[in-house]
Amino acid sequence: MSIADPAPPMIDAEEAARARRARINRIAKWTLPSLVLVLSVLSWHLYVTIAEVPHYVLPGPVHVAQSLAEDWSVLWPALLITGRLTLLALIMAVLGGVALAVAFTQSKWAEMSFFPYAVILQVTPVIAIAPLLQIYVDSAFLAALLCAWIVAFFPILSNTTIGLKSADRNLEDLFTIYGATRWQRLRHLAAPSALPFFLGGLKIAGGLALIGAVVAEFVIGRAGTGLGLASTLLEASYRFNFGRLYAALILISLMGVVIFAVMSIISHLALHKWHESALKRES
Amino acid sequence: MTKARQPLGQRPALLTMSHVEKTFNGNVVALRNMNLTVNEGDFVSLLGPSGCGKSTALRLISNLAHPTSGNIRWAGGQGADDLGIVFQEPTLMPWATVAQNVWLPFRLRGKSYNDVKDDILEALRLVGLEKFLTAYPRELSGGMKMRVSIARAMVTKPRLILMDEPFAALDEITRFKLNNDLLELKEKIGCTVIFVTHSVFESVFLSDRIIVMAARPGRVIHELEVATPYPRHEDFRTSAEYAGYTRQASEALHDAMGEAA
Repeated sequence: MSIADPAPPMIDAEEAARARRARINRIAKWTLPSLVLVLSVLSWHLYVTIAEVPHYVLPGPVHVAQSLAEDWSVLWPALLITGRLTLLALIMAVLGGVALAVAFTQSKWAEMSFFPYAVILQVTPVIAIAPLLQIYVDSAFLAALLCAWIVAFFPILSNTTIGLKSADRNLEDLFTIYGATRWQRLRHLAAPSALPFFLGGLKIAGGLALIGAVVAEFVIGRAGTGLGLASTLLEASYRFNFGRLYAALILISLMGVVIFAVMSIISHLALHKWHESALKRES
Repeated sequence: MTKARQPLGQRPALLTMSHVEKTFNGNVVALRNMNLTVNEGDFVSLLGPSGCGKSTALRLISNLAHPTSGNIRWAGGQGADDLGIVFQEPTLMPWATVAQNVWLPFRLRGKSYNDVKDDILEALRLVGLEKFLTAYPRELSGGMKMRVSIARAMVTKPRLILMDEPFAALDEITRFKLNNDLLELKEKIGCTVIFVTHSVFESVFLSDRIIVMAARPGRVIHELEVATPYPRHEDFRTSAEYAGYTRQASEALHDAMGEAA
């Protein structure tokens, strides 16, 4: 807007209050959860100390921190093993899920024939399949990987399939009028339309890949994966080494947080220029 | 680039629809015995109530659907770049910039951006958006999006542009402005336009031929000629001549509604 004489910014009481609220919200977003964390760790510590709870029932936070530091030489390799299993499963889920989704949208016959079985694979609890995998698959690592993959790949498959079909109908017509080939249609229309759906699926799959890896380690055990975090946790519980158990649990949970954060960043980078979900609402 | 428009009746034919019928599901007659010759340089409006088959006619002309019987012929055959289309929605790719959206018709023919950069710039200049090359559709207003859509339709310099109620969703101020600009554009590039609308006022302002259609079954019932020469400007909207033509068109439309009822 161009006004003849540039007036000083007009900030009335309402706008000032709004700005103040926004500032407080920005600070509170970080400080409040941090405060909750500090308070709960503190009360945990106080409870354990005052009630004199033995560490094989509930270790205090100090004890857990000590285990984390002392057992680092055990926990770090375990973290790498679980991390590798999760990451590999996720990569395979992306490749398999996207490839199958593309096949489904390119051929109706393929979708009609195989989609029901993809659903069956998904709804059968992975924990019930794991022992079978252990029997039939020679390499235990491969069995664990398959186990994590089965859980992670379905959200990618179903989201990407819906996404590939969700292109604007008029744009479809436009592509027909301009004589687009099958490949051009996929590359320039279906794939970009599917991107937000795919990224939503990826966020879910990231979490599920970790869950799948943990379940696989529980069921298939150290023989399969080497000693991953979940196997370490299980073993620690047999030995009543609760400090190590909690340390492993915290690391697993941290891994989940990191995976979620990475997926959110990927999603933001891919969509922030054009997709509604990534846009800031105007005040 | 301006092509002098020949008077109606002396223009060579561009597209001929003869005895075109379209029946859906074997019993819903969307279009009955449509005969229409569109000449080079015509601005033809298809005017009629919903269900009169005007959109079906556009789909048939653009080859998105095929007539149940009858045929549609292009004089000299249809070339690859001969047809442009503008839908009721802007129908832009939200993930692509304005320039990339206008590039699309060329891109699908395998032409690189650099090869056709000048055409893209020229098309955007014609619709007044040359400064928005790198903007994304969400950053534009409804009217601007529609301009991009028009630029995309004419970037290949097609012989025929089909417009399916392109301004129906816009506010009146924007619609009038775009009406004026569309006429100016058409004079500049000298193409032929088939324009679907259900607004009597829009059809009279824009076209030199109005085809009035009726519903159930969809068919042509009148053809009107608007003889006012181009260029037409804002003052045409308030002239007695304009009022006279809108009355004629309204009466024809009433007929169409009456017959349908």
